[in-house]
Amino acid sequence: LRKNVEDFTGPRERSDLGFVTFDITADILKEKCIFDWNVKQLFLYLSAEYSTKNNALNQVVLWDKIILRGDNPRLFLKDMKSKYFFFDDGNGLKGNRNVTLTLSWNVVPNAGILPLVTGSGHVSVPFPDTYETTKSY
Amino acid sequence: QLYYQVLNFGMIVSSALMIWKGLMVATGSESPIVVVLSGSMEPAFHRGDLLFLTNRIEDPIRVGEIVVFRIEGREIPIVHRVLKIHEKQNGDIKFLTKGDNNAVDDRGLYKQGQHWLEKKDVVGRARGFVPYIGIVTILMNDYPKFKYAVLFLLGLFVLVHRE
Repeated sequence: LRKNVEDFTGPRERSDLGFVTFDITADILKEKCIFDWNVKQLFLYLSAEYSTKNNALNQVVLWDKIILRGDNPRLFLKDMKSKYFFFDDGNGLKGNRNVTLTLSWNVVPNAGILPLVTGSGHVSVPFPDTYETTKSY
Repeated sequence: QLYYQVLNFGMIVSSALMIWKGLMVATGSESPIVVVLSGSMEPAFHRGDLLFLTNRIEDPIRVGEIVVFRIEGREIPIVHRVLKIHEKQNGDIKFLTKGDNNAVDDRGLYKQGQHWLEKKDVVGRARGFVPYIGIVTILMNDYPKFKYAVLFLLGLFVLVHRE
């Protein structure tokens, strides 16, 4: 599982809005045969976790994908833009050096327990100290 | 004879109640088992699936989790996934949800002026599920005649069985 990211913050009236582009290379089958007989689908999501002055813990899902049983288990995503707006509750993204991106997934069985698994390995994304005014996204 | 039947019936009802209340205590949720009512979480859950919930305060709410919540003033519980959380040092948390099968997040569903959900809105976290079984509840709701038929048959069964 590997991620590469590029980022910049954009100004919005009252809350910081972050823009992150990323690549994901993942080979799901390698993770000890995750698609066993009782797995219907995997709900994959990339989340950013960070702390700010306003809030001790913030988690924002940037992107998600549903992988059904039988789908191609290898992911080669490049230059992906986040699916959801990365708004902070305040201005905590500016200059934040410690934003961690992690890939996690929810295993949905045909019947039974619903576990949430966090992928090993994460990427730290430092946000710049200034706002971008006219970067096209 | 009649006395015995009534007692027996009472036993069955109170045992069922005890099990339900026991589940409520064990899981910490006021509604430990819910039926999925809409298709907003497809393809994971469909209408009629049964979900088992826990609502332990020690379990923090984190993104990716499937929560069942009620919007203030509305009775119907909604089953969606947590998309964003902002938690303060003291544990106060506000979060946003979205159904897997919906194009947009749930802000449009919340109360007028409400932008986030809080712990108090949560009925529980989905920990496990069984497909299809809850369809009986939906049928009983949509077709009241069916509900009466089921209750009538149940009552008949209990009475006749005791002969």
